[in-house]
Amino acid sequence: MMRQGRPTNPGEAGNDTLRTFSGHRGLDHEEPLLFEQNSDGRCGVDLPAPAIMPNRLGILARPGAIGLPGLSEPQVVRHFVRLSRKNYAIDSGLYPLGSCTMKHNPRLNEKLARLPGFADLHPLQPISTVQGALELINTLAHWLRVLTGMPAVAMSPKAGAHGELCGLMAIRAALDARGEKRNRVLAPESAHGTNPATAAMCGFSVDPIPADARGRVDLAALKAKLGPDVAAIMVTNPNTCGLFENDIVEMAKAVHDAGGYFYCDGANFNALVGRVRPGDLGIDAMHINLHKTFSTPHGGGGPGAGPVVFSQALAPYAPLPFVVDRGTGFDLIELGADAGDATPFGRMTAFHGQMGMFVRALSYMLSHGGDGLRQVAEDAVLNANYMLASLSDEMSAPFPGPCMHECLFDDSFLKDTGVTTLDFAKAMIDEGYHPMTIYFPLVVHGAMLIEPTETESKESLDQLISVLRNLARAAKSGDLTRFTQAPHFAPRNRLDETRAARTPVLRWRPQE
Amino acid sequence: MTNIFYTQDHEWIRLDGDVGTVGISNYAQEQLGDIVFVELPQPGTKIGQGEEIAVVESVKAASEIYAPVSGEIIDANNALEGAPVTVNEAAESDGWFFKIRLANTSELDGLMDAAAYKTFVEGLA
Amino acid sequence: MRYLPLTQTDRAAMLRTIGVASIDELFVDVPQSARRSEPLDLPPHQGEIEVERMLRAMASKNLAASDAPFFCGAGAYRHHIPATVDHLIQRSEFLTSYTPYQPEISQGTLQYLFEFQTQVAMLSGMDIANASMYDGATACAEAVLMANRATKRRKAILSGGLHPQYRAVTETTAHFAGGIVQAMPAAPDGVEDIIRAIDDDTACIVVQTPDFFGHLRDLRPLAEAAHAKGALLVAVTTETLALGAMLSPGEMGADIFVGEGQSIGVGLNFGGPYLGLFAARAALQRQMPGRLCGETVDAQGRRGYVLTLSAREQHIRREKATSNICTNSGLCCLAFTIHVALLGEAGFTQLATLNHQAAIVLAQALTTIPGVTLLNESFFNEFTLRLPKPAAPVIEALALLGILGGVPVSRLIPDDPGLANLLLVAASETNTDQDRAAFVAALREVLS
Repeated sequence: MMRQGRPTNPGEAGNDTLRTFSGHRGLDHEEPLLFEQNSDGRCGVDLPAPAIMPNRLGILARPGAIGLPGLSEPQVVRHFVRLSRKNYAIDSGLYPLGSCTMKHNPRLNEKLARLPGFADLHPLQPISTVQGALELINTLAHWLRVLTGMPAVAMSPKAGAHGELCGLMAIRAALDARGEKRNRVLAPESAHGTNPATAAMCGFSVDPIPADARGRVDLAALKAKLGPDVAAIMVTNPNTCGLFENDIVEMAKAVHDAGGYFYCDGANFNALVGRVRPGDLGIDAMHINLHKTFSTPHGGGGPGAGPVVFSQALAPYAPLPFVVDRGTGFDLIELGADAGDATPFGRMTAFHGQMGMFVRALSYMLSHGGDGLRQVAEDAVLNANYMLASLSDEMSAPFPGPCMHECLFDDSFLKDTGVTTLDFAKAMIDEGYHPMTIYFPLVVHGAMLIEPTETESKESLDQLISVLRNLARAAKSGDLTRFTQAPHFAPRNRLDETRAARTPVLRWRPQE
Repeated sequence: MTNIFYTQDHEWIRLDGDVGTVGISNYAQEQLGDIVFVELPQPGTKIGQGEEIAVVESVKAASEIYAPVSGEIIDANNALEGAPVTVNEAAESDGWFFKIRLANTSELDGLMDAAAYKTFVEGLA
Repeated sequence: MRYLPLTQTDRAAMLRTIGVASIDELFVDVPQSARRSEPLDLPPHQGEIEVERMLRAMASKNLAASDAPFFCGAGAYRHHIPATVDHLIQRSEFLTSYTPYQPEISQGTLQYLFEFQTQVAMLSGMDIANASMYDGATACAEAVLMANRATKRRKAILSGGLHPQYRAVTETTAHFAGGIVQAMPAAPDGVEDIIRAIDDDTACIVVQTPDFFGHLRDLRPLAEAAHAKGALLVAVTTETLALGAMLSPGEMGADIFVGEGQSIGVGLNFGGPYLGLFAARAALQRQMPGRLCGETVDAQGRRGYVLTLSAREQHIRREKATSNICTNSGLCCLAFTIHVALLGEAGFTQLATLNHQAAIVLAQALTTIPGVTLLNESFFNEFTLRLPKPAAPVIEALALLGILGGVPVSRLIPDDPGLANLLLVAASETNTDQDRAAFVAALREVLS
C-alpha cells in the first residue's frame, strides 16, 4: 500500500433551482435511452422486402429476437443531437487538458478523409487499385521521418499506447536477436500509466526512476539503476510536468553504454515539432499521437493513431505491414516472407493502420508546412508559459519555468481552504470551462496540468487566466459553496462514482 | 500482552493461537477512500511473508495487500464481496480480509504494535 | 497561418509578460546540439485549395468500392451507411470532445457508450460489453490475455477458421506477454478437431463464426468441451451483421465474444479506423480490458453515467492493469450506435436476411461457371470458391476490367499451395443485379 485515493463523494446538490414540469431545462433536454423509446412498428431505414427462399444457415439460424428498439429517423436524429448538447467540446470552448493536446480540428481534414478514393477503399483490394492510398501512407511516413530525424517509421499502431507496445516489442525483438535476456525497464515515477502497463504486457518488470528537485529525471539515480538486466528506459519528453528533460542526451548515452534502448513517450511532441528532432536526442523509438500533435479529432476518446519512429538499431524489427516505394509504384509488404532483409517482430493489427487518421494528419501537415509546424511548437510553448507567468502568484507552481507546452500547478495554494483540486476543477465547469488534467502527474500533490495549445488566442487565454485567478481568490476567501457543490450549471451535478463501481450497471435491461 | 500487529504497508494481523486474522488499517481505508471491491485469496493458498495475497480497490485507487506473515490461508471474508463498504465502516473488525495459519510466529517480531503503528502513521502526515 | 490566432503583437506582449526577450529563451532546456535553427526540408504552408488538390490527386489514383462492382470481404465489409450517421458523428460536441473524464459535461458521450454496450451485449448474447477496442484483431488478442488471467493458464488454441491476421496479431501479442499459442492449420472446408487439442493448460479456444472461409460454426459442442476442461470459449465474428441472422455466441455458450464492428456504420477506410467489439459473461467483468461505462445517479438523484471499474485500467493500476489500452474507438463506436439505432430490430434482421440472400444468389450464379465450385455447406454473406486456376492473378485481371471480385485466400495465407485457387467472395445489399451480372461475365471471361 498505498496509492492515495481522491475525493469521489458527490456531496450535496447545489441550490434547488426551479423544477420544471418536463424535467428539461431550456436547451438542456433530459433524454431517455434508445431502449426506452421503442415502438415495434418503427424503423429508421427503408429496405426492400426479402425474398421467400430457403436459407443456408442450417441449424444455426437465429431463433429469437435480438431485443433492439425500433425508432424512426427523426427520433434517432433528435436523440443524438440532444445527447451531443450535453458534451463540452473544443469547438465550443478552451479545453486545457494537460497531456491531451486539445487543439482545433480543421474541417478540411474531415472533408478530405471522406473522399471516396480514401474512405471507400477495401484494405485487401488488389495493390494496383490502391496506389494513391499507399502513396499517401508513404508521404505521411516521410513527413514523420523528417520531423523526427529518425530513419524508419511503423505506421500501423492504432493509438499512443499501441505505439508504446510496438516500440517495446521491437526492443524485445532486438534483444532476442542479440541473445540477451534483459527484463527490467526503467520509467520515471511521473510516467503515464500506459508506460508501466505496456512494459508489463511485454514481460518486463518496471523499476521507477526518481525525479530530482527540478521535476526532471535524476540522472545520477538513473545511472545507478542501469545494468546488464536493463532492457530500456521509457521517458516522456517533454515530461508529464511539462518540462524538457535537459539531461536527455546524457540519459541516452548512459542507457546505450549499458546496452539498453531508449523509448521516448512522444505524447508531448507538440512542444517540439519543427524545432527539436528526437533523432538528435539519441532516442531509439518514439510513438507519435496523430490525434494530439497532428490534430486528428479526439472523437470522445478515439479513434487515434500512434505511428512509431525507430532508430537504425530498431528499424529492422518494425512490424508488418509496411509500404515500399519501388520507383515504378508502391508495394505493401504484408508477410514476413516478403520483408527482404528486415526481420519484423510480427503484426499489431489486422490490415494497415488508421488510414482515416493518416489522411487527416497529412492534410494538417500540408496545410501548416514545415514553417507552420515550427510555429505550432513555438506558439504552444509561448501560450503555456504565458499561463504559467500569469498565474504563478495566485496559484502554486511546484517547478519554475520555462515550461514547454503545458504548465503544472499543485494544490498548495488551496491549503487550509477546504477546497480540493477536484472542487476547483468542478468550479471551472460552472465558469464555462473544461477543467485541466487533475491528479496527474502523481509526483505533485493535487496536480493541475494546463495545456492551452497553440490554437488559443491571447484573448481566450486572458479570459481563462482571469477566471482561474478569481477562483483562486474565492477559495482563499472561504467562498466554499462555489466549489464543494460545483458544478451547479452542468447537465448533471457530481455523479456517484462509488455507487457505479460497487454495484456496476453496465447495460440496460428490460423491466421484468 | 498485545495480539494485534501492523505492517508498514498498513495491514493488521490479530493473533488467536496460531491463526491470524488480517485486514487493512483504519488509516489505510481513509487514504483509499470509498472501497468498491476486494479480491480475496482462496483458502488453501500458501503464501510467503510480504507476497501479494489480495487486492483492494476504491474508485480512483487500487492497492495490493501483502501477507504480513507466511502461512496458509484458511478462511476469507466473503461477505466483503457483496458489501465492500464494511472495510470503510469497520476496517479493523468486521472488515477483515482473510485468516492465515502462521508458519513462523517469529515473523511477528518484525511488525509494529498498535502504539508503534500510531507513531508511524503520524510520521506520514 | 489560418489555424494560429496569435499575432506578432500578441507574441511580443506575451514574451514581455513572461519576462524573456525571445521565444528561443523558452527552449533553453533543449541541449545546444539538438536546437535547430535551419528550416526542415519540407514544403511551406498552403491554403485549402492547394492541399485539397494534392490529396484529391492521390485519391483519384485509387479504385473506390463505390466505383466498381464490389465483392470483397475477408474481415472488412461494405454496407450502405445512412446519411444520418455521418451527419451526427460530425457534430462538434461528439467530434471534438475528449474522453469523458468530467462526467458532468460529458453525458452525451457517456450515454451513447452505455447504449453501445447494451447493443453489443444484445447482439452477441453476452451479459456485458465494454466501450470498444481498436479493432477486431486487437480485441481477439486481448481476449486471449484475459482468458489467461481468468484461468491462470497460458495456452490459447486458435481455430484454423480464424482470420489469418487475427491469428498473427494474437500470436505476436501473446508471444511478448509470455503466453503460448497453438494455431490449428487453415480449415477451408470448415472442419477441424479443436476439441482433441484442449488440455489442462488450455486457457481458451478461439473460434470464429462465420469463419474466415464463410462457414457457420456450431460453438455449442466446443463450449461444452472447453468448459469440461476448465477452459474458456472465445467467439470471434468479423462481420457483425451476421449476428442478425445466426444464433448468437452467447446462446452457444461463449465466455468472451470479440468482433469487428466496422461493417455497421463505420465504412471501409482502407482498413482503419475500425471498431473492436468486446463482450463477456458478467462473472468476468473485472478481468475486462478497456473502458466501461456504468449507470449511477448525481447529487440530485438524477440518472447519469460515468466511466467505472477504472481500477482495472492503466491510469490507476499501472503495471498490474488488465491492458495498456487507454482509449476506445469512440467516434466509430458512435457511428455503430447510430446505425444500429436506425436499423432497430426489424431493420437489423432484415438487412441480415437481404445480405444472406444476396450471397445465395451470387453463389448460385458464380458456380454456373465451368470449373468453379463452392466449398461451403453453410454461409452468411461470404463464401469460398475453388477456381480452376490460382485466384490472385484472376483478381488482378478482374480489377483491370473494373471489378473488385473478392479476396484471394493466398493474399493472407501464401504458403499453402492447396489454397492458391481459393477465392473469398462477399455479397451485400449494395450489389445490384447489374453488378452481379458483370462479375459473373467477367469471371467467366478471365477463366476461359
